[in-house]
Amino acid sequence: MTRIKPLVEITNLKKSFGSNTILKDINLSVYPGEFLTLLGPSGCGKTTLLRLISGFETATDGQILLDGHCVSQLPPQQRDIHTVFQTYALFPHLNVYENVAFALRCQKLPEDEIKTRAHEALTQVQLTGFDKRDTKQLSGGQQQRVAIARAIVNRPKVLLLDEPLSSLDYRLRKNMQSELKHLQKELNMTFIFVTHDQEEALSMSDRIAVFNHGHIEQIGTPREVYETPESLFVAGFIGEANIFDLEITKADAKSACTVIEDKEMCCNNTGNFKAGDKIHMIIRPEDIRVWSPSEVKDKDTQVMLPATISEITYKGKTVDLSVTLASGRVIYASEFFDEDDGDLDYELGEQVFVEWYSGWEVLLPYEK
Amino acid sequence: MKQLIKHGYLSFVFVLLYLPILVLIAYSFNDAHFSLSWHGFTINWYHILFQDEDLWSALINSMLLGFGAASIASLFAFIVCVHLFLQSQTKSSNFLHSTLLMMIILPDIVLGISLLVFFNLAHIKLGFTSLFIAHITFCIPFAIIVIQSRISTLNVDTYHSAIDLGASKLRAMTHIILPMLWPAVLSAFLLCFTLSFDDVIISYFVSGPDFNILPLYIFSLVRMGVTPELNALCSITIGLSMLLVLGAHMLSKKETI
Amino acid sequence: MKNRSLALSAIYIWLFAFALIPIALTVAASFLSSSTSELITLPFTLSNYQSLFSPLLLHILLRSLGLALVTTFFCLALAYPFSYFMVKSKHQSLMLLFIIIPFWTSSLIRTYALIAILKFNGLLNTALLKLHIISSPITFLYTNFAVISGLVYTLFPFMVLPLFTNMERFDFRLIEAARDLGASRRQTFWRIFLPSTKPGILSGVMMVFLPAMTLFYIPQILGGARSILIGNLIQNQFLVAGDWPQGAATSIFLTFILLIFMVMYRKPWSKQS
Repeated sequence: MTRIKPLVEITNLKKSFGSNTILKDINLSVYPGEFLTLLGPSGCGKTTLLRLISGFETATDGQILLDGHCVSQLPPQQRDIHTVFQTYALFPHLNVYENVAFALRCQKLPEDEIKTRAHEALTQVQLTGFDKRDTKQLSGGQQQRVAIARAIVNRPKVLLLDEPLSSLDYRLRKNMQSELKHLQKELNMTFIFVTHDQEEALSMSDRIAVFNHGHIEQIGTPREVYETPESLFVAGFIGEANIFDLEITKADAKSACTVIEDKEMCCNNTGNFKAGDKIHMIIRPEDIRVWSPSEVKDKDTQVMLPATISEITYKGKTVDLSVTLASGRVIYASEFFDEDDGDLDYELGEQVFVEWYSGWEVLLPYEK
Repeated sequence: MKQLIKHGYLSFVFVLLYLPILVLIAYSFNDAHFSLSWHGFTINWYHILFQDEDLWSALINSMLLGFGAASIASLFAFIVCVHLFLQSQTKSSNFLHSTLLMMIILPDIVLGISLLVFFNLAHIKLGFTSLFIAHITFCIPFAIIVIQSRISTLNVDTYHSAIDLGASKLRAMTHIILPMLWPAVLSAFLLCFTLSFDDVIISYFVSGPDFNILPLYIFSLVRMGVTPELNALCSITIGLSMLLVLGAHMLSKKETI
Repeated sequence: MKNRSLALSAIYIWLFAFALIPIALTVAASFLSSSTSELITLPFTLSNYQSLFSPLLLHILLRSLGLALVTTFFCLALAYPFSYFMVKSKHQSLMLLFIIIPFWTSSLIRTYALIAILKFNGLLNTALLKLHIISSPITFLYTNFAVISGLVYTLFPFMVLPLFTNMERFDFRLIEAARDLGASRRQTFWRIFLPSTKPGILSGVMMVFLPAMTLFYIPQILGGARSILIGNLIQNQFLVAGDWPQGAATSIFLTFILLIFMVMYRKPWSKQS
């Protein structure tokens, strides 16, 4: 990462409501032109953080800098930040044009400039010609776009989006995701996006900040948080994960070994663990390979785990399997249909062998 | 057959409802003082009505009182409802809800005498002031109910959105909240005006000798013995109300089209 | 925000001063005495409440209750089918308006019109005589009949409005479903329609029963001096006898009775829902 100055700098931010602490010690930098997503389950504080940034809440402690200036004490009107609300909150008594022009009117700009910029915003969200329409007559997706146009017309430094797609149906949601991403790049505006949908976060963001119970567990690119989660929570929240609680039997600088299902398994010692350390090993379902006995030679099965298929779910692109190991533990595998492996016909109760791609395990220190 | 029963019953009830009113109007044109038999058409009573100074002053007083009390009660209700709307849960809203509920359940007569006791102890002379205070007080719960029921359908995010986009609190209030709410405030005003204009019970206890209001004036007349002048007054009131209500109905129909 | 907090506090102070305090004062006054020179004085006494348990007051209370219940019953009986037919008709809003218009005119004036109808030589008697239903005029005025007519006439819209609002929301497809499943007309009414209108009935009854107990001017005009109801009694105690503590006690007692009625009435019905 080159040394770009952050646009938004949040330091040691804390927010409590009475005795209830919602956000603890938040430190976050947002860079100009990036699409940052705040991801987390309901109640984790991500919306509160958004409200603190926009100015609708005041922090109990800590500060927020926008472009180097402290904005913690400024009311929402004076911060160069606008919000797209989850409920869209379009002004019902104003038509589409007036909704979009509202922010410009507040600044008392000349009428023709208002017209130009409002039309520009409407074009950017592909609502040209919708000026005179009544907001109540618009579809969910169209209302969404008006809400966005209304917020970007003023060219704010940062656009905050509070779960804007949560009330749209699946297909529309997918379309809007790519449209929003496209719009953000076109405008080169900084977006801070809040969602609880990890798939959405992965597909749209430049970086993701994963929240849990009021603090940030990890900030990284989608690839980073998915492939190298830094905590059990992140591993489990983003994507699926098989989690093994194990103890290191042997370790050196390069590799660490442990015992799974009475077999010794060794992998890269990514966390500099020593013998005796307790760890979690995380393996994603798509990294697990399931073989039927006819497909493997005897000697290979020495390093594989025997298992029985306990559940099969056909998903079109993949077939998801639950396999029960000898000890009774169940792990999940997801196999893709591709040209290399035409044979993916499984049966319940079938005896199989299970292995995973070496190097794709994630080792994390044991958390209570 | 079903339709016959339906139309028959509806008409029957409407006839019952409007019969006394029609009687009133009819007899306002009757050229007789106390008799019920028809003595000929006249608009004499209307002439006398327009010259009755006591009646006029009572009418004007009632209108002033009604207008004033309704305005302030609606304003109070507006402020309270908007404040609660923007703040969501607060302790003070429980106090408010309990007080309002109590005021609605409490019979008029108990509120009337309570205020009488209060004014007596506070040495507030009975007259316009006491009436004004009393009317505002009993109108507030109704105004709040009307405005609250409309406000509960609004999305509070629209206000926040306005602020977020750069509007001052005042601008957000006048340009966003008020346009969404003014029909409810107007309804509240009209309701309060009606309640105040027609109030007998509470006014009975807290009015004084030098500020005469219409309901009490009529009350005293009715007990003494009435002249058709009163019928004339009733006819005019009813005529006006009908016009007002029908007009409002037409207006609301036009808006939806 | 500061300006609004100021205005809000002012309103809360207003309600506190002009609603809560007066009522508290009334409760206090009910425990005090009156003398020839002062309306309310010490000493504290329970005599006001004790005198409530007299046969006279019991008689007045029962009479008021009776009249209020009868009024409520007739209002309900008239309004229930009326609301139903209104819901089923095409000109709902117009009819609603025509119900409300009389409400816009003074109830005193309309009560006075009833006198013209119920008088000895009034319209009703004249009509009945002309139709040869009776041979000599009946005294309608100054009877319970007149008082009840007046109350029902005045309070009718208060029963219609909640009933109508409730019935309007009824999904009439439920009736079709019930008939489809084999229910008779009567069963459909008792098992499907009536239960769903219970909240409307409850609201309507409350909005009629409470005023029916306390409106004193209608019974006074139509029932004459003989018709003392609890409302008239309180009015009397305050403004004629000048015995404010007694009046206060009677008022508190009345409120208490009404509260009990409301609680009693709501409980079985809210349990069912």
